[in-house]
Parts: sequence; C-alpha cells; structure tokens
Amino acid sequence: MIAQYIANGLLIGSLYACLAVGFSLIYGVLNIINVMHGSFVVLGAYVTIYCTQMLGLSPIISALIGCAVMFAFGYLVQRTLINQVVTAPIFISFTLTFGLDLLLNNAMIQAFTATPRSLILDYGSVVVAGVTLSVARLGAMVLALVLTGLLYWLLRHSQMGRAIIAVRMDHHAARLLGIRVERVYAVTFGIGALMAAAAGGAMAVVFPITPLLSGVFLGKAFVICVLGGLGSVPGALVGGLALGLLESFGAIAFGPQWSTTVGFALMIIVLVVRPSGLVGRRGFE
Amino acid sequence: MTAPSSTLLRGVSVLIVCGAVIAFGFSANNYLLQAGTTLAMSAALCLAWNVVGGFMGYPSFATAAFFGLGAYVGGLTQDAGAPVFLAWAAAAFGGAVFAALLGSVLLGLRGHYFAIGTIAVVEVMREIANNWEAVTGGAVGINIPILPGTPNEVGIFFYLAMWAMVAIAFAITALIARSKFGFALRCVRQNESAARMVGINVFATKVAAFVISGLMMSATGAVYASMVAFIEPKDVFNVLLSIEVPVMVMLGGAGTIAGPLAGSALYVMLRELVWVNFINFHSAILGIIIIAVIYFIPRGVLRIFSRRRRLVPDGAK
Repeated sequence: MIAQYIANGLLIGSLYACLAVGFSLIYGVLNIINVMHGSFVVLGAYVTIYCTQMLGLSPIISALIGCAVMFAFGYLVQRTLINQVVTAPIFISFTLTFGLDLLLNNAMIQAFTATPRSLILDYGSVVVAGVTLSVARLGAMVLALVLTGLLYWLLRHSQMGRAIIAVRMDHHAARLLGIRVERVYAVTFGIGALMAAAAGGAMAVVFPITPLLSGVFLGKAFVICVLGGLGSVPGALVGGLALGLLESFGAIAFGPQWSTTVGFALMIIVLVVRPSGLVGRRGFE
Repeated sequence: MTAPSSTLLRGVSVLIVCGAVIAFGFSANNYLLQAGTTLAMSAALCLAWNVVGGFMGYPSFATAAFFGLGAYVGGLTQDAGAPVFLAWAAAAFGGAVFAALLGSVLLGLRGHYFAIGTIAVVEVMREIANNWEAVTGGAVGINIPILPGTPNEVGIFFYLAMWAMVAIAFAITALIARSKFGFALRCVRQNESAARMVGINVFATKVAAFVISGLMMSATGAVYASMVAFIEPKDVFNVLLSIEVPVMVMLGGAGTIAGPLAGSALYVMLRELVWVNFINFHSAILGIIIIAVIYFIPRGVLRIFSRRRRLVPDGAK
C-alpha cells in the first residue's frame, strides 16, 4: 500500500518537475516570474489532445507538435512583449505577465470552453512488486523525465545551452563576450513554454485539463521552484519529486482536500528558513 | 502662496469634496450608489497598499489575504451577535495582529521571494477558509446579518462607511507622507543598508508599515462583508484583487498621496464600461488595461507629463 503511494507520488512528481523546470529556467535567466506558465501548460495540453483526437496522430507525435508550437509561441511572446520589460523592476514584469495571462486565459476559455478534456489512452497496466501502474501514465512519466534530463544535458553541452548559462550568470559580461543576449532570452522563454507544453501533454493523460486549471499549475510551479531553489534545473527535479511525494502522503495524513495547503505551507517555511531552496546555491533578486 | 492660505485652501477643498461625496450618496440612483461604493472600497485598498507598495517599494500581493481575513473576522463577529462597528474594529485589530506576525516572517525576504511569499499567503488562507468548515462554513460560505432599514438606507450607510474608510486611509497616508516615519519608508525603498547606517530601525519600520497597511485592508474587508451579507472563500481571498489593487495604484502613480485615488477612480470607471459592454471578455480586457498601463504609463497618470517616461532604466533593449 505504501509502495503504491510512493509510486503515485513519484509519477505525479516527475510531471511536476517537467512543469516547473521551464518556469524555473525563465526565472533564473530572465529574472522574470512568468505568470503565464500555467496557461502555457494548458495550451500545450490542448494542442496535444487535439492532434491526437482530431487528427488521429500518435500521442508521442502530438506531444512533440505541442512542444514545437509552444516553443514558437514562447519565442514570439518574449521577442515582442516581454523583452521590453526584462530589466524593469520585478513588479512591472510580474504585473505585465499577469495581464498577458488574463488575456491568454480568457481567449482559451472562449476557444476551448471550460469543459475538462483529457487524453484517454488505453494501453493497459502493469503490476510491479504489488504496485499497479498504468502504461500510459508510465509513458507520460518517461516523457517528462527524458525531456527534463535532455534539457539539463543540452544546457551543459550545446552552444546555446552554454550561452544560456552564461547569460544567467552575468548578462552584462555575456553581452561583452559577443553573446546575443536578446536571442538567448527568447530561446530560453521558448524552452520554458516547450517544457510547459510537454508537462501539459503528460498531465492530460493523468487529469482532465481545463483552462480553469492554469492557476493550479502556476501554483505548483511556484511551490516546486521555491522548494528546489529558483532558477535551477536539478532543483526543479528534486522539488517536483518532493512535492509529488508530499502530496501523496499529505493526502493520507490530513485528507486530500489539504494537499495544496500542505505544499504552500511548506513553501512558506522553506522561503523563510532557506530561501535558496533545497539544492539551490544562491538566490537571484 | 503663503503657508496659512494654502492650508486654508486645502481645508476648504477637503470640505467641498466631503460635501460632494455625501451629497452624491443621498441623490444618486442605486446603480451609481453601488458604483460609488465600489470606487470607495478600491480607493481605500489602494491607499492601504500604497504604504507598503508605494512608499516602501515592497511588491506585496497580500492584499486579498488581509481583505479576506477582515471579511471573515468581521462577519463571524457579527454572526456571534456583535454590533457592526464592533465587528469592524475586531477585524481591524485582527488584521493588525496578522500583519505583525506575517510581516515579521516575510519582510526578511526581498524582491521575487517577497512577492511569491505574499501570493502564497493568499492561497493558503483561501484553502484554510475552504477546509476549516467548523468555523468558516467551508466553500459554502457564511451569511452575515443584514442591517435593518430599507435597501436604500442600508445602501447609503455602506456608501458613507466606505468613504469614511477612504477618509481615514487618506488622512493616515497624508500623515505618513510628511512624518519622519514616511521619510524612513522612502529610505528603505531607496537602499536598506544605507537606511540602516543612518540610524533607521529598518525591520521595525517595515513591520510598522505592513501593520498599518494590513489594518486598513482588513477593516475594508469587514465593511465589505457586512455590506454584501454573504462571503465565500473564493470571493474574498481572490488573487485577482491582489493584482488589481497595485495596478490601480500604478495607474495613478505609486508612492504619491493622490495617485491611489486617481488610479482607482480611472480603473473603476474603465472596469464599469467593460463590464457593461463585454461581459464575456471582461478579464481579457482587464488584461489589456494592465498591459497598456505597463507599456504606456508605468509611472502613473499623475506623472504623465513629467520628464522621464522611459520604462527600462539602462540601455538594455
């Protein structure tokens, strides 16, 4: 029984990690809290669901299309709108992305209605050591973990990844070294949206998705990034898995209706006691 | 203009404004009375937020937490049989105590961390109100006794009560702006370590500002709760309120005395127009208003004609 809770916690935790890693990356590199992140997750999920159910594509292809669409969308949004406020005080950038989110979310409610939709995949289930796992959910988990790992690897081993890290460390120095900082910002924002889309596609396998959920996803991203340390990829992974397990066990200890509160309360404690998070080193302000 | 005549002028204009506000309350139709009450509520919250967000420069999104706390404390006190004014006083006291506790925990954080922390407080409070059914009635909400009198009399009572909140908040703001405390707040906004070096007790100053702000927000929330006579968690602990209030202040001009008033008046008028004409797109249009404010008048309408209008300080385009 405990093993089942751990398995469920890790399953949802890996989706959370994928959800948070893009948010965390945008925060770390652009120094911006992207309030639109929850809506990006929902939008990515809808693209994936529509490609699978309307166009009859395989779920994997659909998820990849969702990722590509959201990367382009994120890139454009950063280039045209966010880039104007990158160096403005945080209050300005925060409120701007909030305004953009109201717009995007309202458009989604109009376009998709508030009816929950999900990606129903029937691949059966497997039983490992007394723990029942649905194959589709396992696939979603693998997709989320592979993408998170790939992002981590690319940040260290590709030219663009190293440019992103350089900008994150010191954007003035990076500019002096000939890095096109604006382009790095836009690519980073695109990657953030891409990871959100992947998380959305994977989430749609586990939960029914509606545009009204964007606030919930944003809240998860907040909690995970603070738990793990804002701006860090391994932090998002650790924070995501920790939150998944915490919610799973919080549901046993306090009842499922308290699971969000447990997450937020823990986040406030971590903020106060150790603002750099569980694995983060240094806070950006 | 010499100092005494300027004081006299100010006194006379304050009297005229008060007279106009009261006369409006007694002559307006129901819709206008309602709009005037909403405007007063927004203005009171904006003035309260401005102490922390404007003068001190801390991006607080805890407005909805204090507002909701005040609404619940006031509502529950009234439900226990207390008269309205006692309930409001209790809410103000509760808000002050909560602000002192919360402030001493959160005000150690800065920038994004402070912003995230204050938002999380709103979320936690809403969840608690949702789940603690024994006290708050849970997601169903609670009913609060309706005041005796005709609907019109009650409407005018709450209209005047909300404007009284504005008057109190405005007086507090004006006092702070001129006092040594206001100077200390501005020092904190500029540079905390420098403020500490010139002998300002930075932490006490920050907590005091948070307490004043929280007290006013909670009292406003309690007046709102008595007015609508029914509150539920998702209504009073609404993150949208936490965002709207700073946007209104920014629209008018943060850190000034008149900015919150001008901003809330403009915003509430815009919102009324939007509500009437585009009911389905109302949050999208609020989004557009926010975006327009940020891009075109980030320093507020009161400073629209001043010299520096650029949004981004250094040459990072």
